[in-house]
Amino acid sequence: MTTTIDNGVNVQALLDARGALVDAPAAAQFTWKASSTWKHGVHSQTTIQNYFGLGEEQSHKTESVFDADHPEVFAAEDNGITPIEYLLVGLTSCLTAGVASVAQNRGIQLRSVEATVEGNHDIRGILGADSDVRNGFNDIKVSFNIDADASREDIEALVAQSQKRSAVFDALTNPTEITVDVA
Amino acid sequence: MLERGEVANSWRHERWDSLRLLTPNWLSRLPGLRYDGDDPDGYMTTAEVVAFIARFAASARTPVRTGTTVTALRRVEGGYRVTTDHGEIEARAVVIASGACNQPAIPAFAGDVPRGIEQLTPSTYRNPDGLADGGVLVVGASATGLQLAAELRASGRPVAVSVGEHVRMPRTYRGRDVLWWMDASGVWDQRYDEVDDLTRARGLPSPQLVGTPERRTLDLNALAADGVELVGRWASVRDGHALFSGGLRNVFSLADLKLRRMLDGFDEWAKAAGVDAAFDPPERLAPTETPRSPRWQLDLRSGEIRTIVWATGFRPDYRWLDVPVLDAKGRLRHRGGAVASPGLYALGLPVLRRRKSTFIHGIEDDARDVIEDLAAGLGPTQAQTPRPRVATA
Repeated sequence: MTTTIDNGVNVQALLDARGALVDAPAAAQFTWKASSTWKHGVHSQTTIQNYFGLGEEQSHKTESVFDADHPEVFAAEDNGITPIEYLLVGLTSCLTAGVASVAQNRGIQLRSVEATVEGNHDIRGILGADSDVRNGFNDIKVSFNIDADASREDIEALVAQSQKRSAVFDALTNPTEITVDVA
Repeated sequence: MLERGEVANSWRHERWDSLRLLTPNWLSRLPGLRYDGDDPDGYMTTAEVVAFIARFAASARTPVRTGTTVTALRRVEGGYRVTTDHGEIEARAVVIASGACNQPAIPAFAGDVPRGIEQLTPSTYRNPDGLADGGVLVVGASATGLQLAAELRASGRPVAVSVGEHVRMPRTYRGRDVLWWMDASGVWDQRYDEVDDLTRARGLPSPQLVGTPERRTLDLNALAADGVELVGRWASVRDGHALFSGGLRNVFSLADLKLRRMLDGFDEWAKAAGVDAAFDPPERLAPTETPRSPRWQLDLRSGEIRTIVWATGFRPDYRWLDVPVLDAKGRLRHRGGAVASPGLYALGLPVLRRRKSTFIHGIEDDARDVIEDLAAGLGPTQAQTPRPRVATA
């Protein structure tokens, strides 16, 4: 009767961590870090390798480098995606990771998970052309196309639960205190 | 039994005027006392609840010491010392039955709300006449928030409701009260040690229900149809603006999906029990409609909102409890009512022993189990020792 499903997520490790961290909230405090360098024009390069968590400094296996620029329609060189597009990368990858994890936990075998995300942005805000227009996205739409051994209702529940537990969904839908200072 | 005020004190003094019990009369029963009026499908008013509980207190000959406030409970050799404003009592065993709803749970940013906006809680709200004319922001979309929003909207005021995670329920399903289904299908008898995620179950908000003579379903679609504005969960106050979550759509999806699962469960139970034909055919509610572009901020200094009603739930008050039995979040640590200190017990907390633990009819089974355990703990010398006392703060 037992069928083994494998979406490649080690849910047991996550559940164990959850159990362990209930009584060790200090170990649950993570700090994610990035450093960026201005290149030229609106082109910058951001590198990420280290972070803090479980009470000590941690390191990714390799350093990742991200170029951000503006496209040619903004009269820039387009050496990379625009900063606001990085938010879309974060959102869709976070929700997709959530879908895989929740599916694993609920015993649902995934065959494919595709997502498209569109952020609607009125650039009159950042250009200062209209003070009534905000700088950021007006709204964001994510569409999932999921092939899995599950009913449509169960798939909808996966997607709803992945939003409920998503770091980036929360970071984008709720305000966050940000401090920017000059060293 | 110690009672800070009178029997049924919070029902006498801490409820708004229009409130009726969410439980239908036929289900409102206490040990040895059943509803015997002529409206079994109705819902008691607060005055009727007070009379019902007073009747129980009289018929059960409960030795209630009214007007006695417990100010401290300490562990002493062989039991506990209960300090009250009328002296001290020693007891080998104590049952904490002071409930889960002693203090309104209000977010810290309430302190950042501009002066000039009146802030009320369900304990201080009585009726719309007590409020300034003008807009009301009701925070919270469980039973209380929805009921107060509907009542305030009906008074002609502009009303917005800030909606976080909630439990959606129709008042009736397939011709029966939805709580009939909870009862009959066995959901309510599910024990605390059978529930998947007990912490979550104990933290669930009250279902979106109202007890009206018309047995009306009060959900967010009904409120929106009445002209109530729905906004996301209130996240913070910045520069005098309330900022709401942009995740409104998902809290609707979560509640709609859970509702569907609950109704599926009722249908499956009816089929398995062979009683499916006895009811109207299965029905499904329309999904909760998301407003076209829900506001995610509101200027609290504009005068649009004159009153805020915090329907954000309650927390227990254990300031009098000098026994180290609370967890880091201030919740009582207990296993099915047996508190983590010998001879100390609790009753009347969410999913204490069963899903029905906080409903009036839920106390009987819980009390029997807890008192059995308590009596066993007192051992064979029970007859010579003072009788256990139940403390309510």
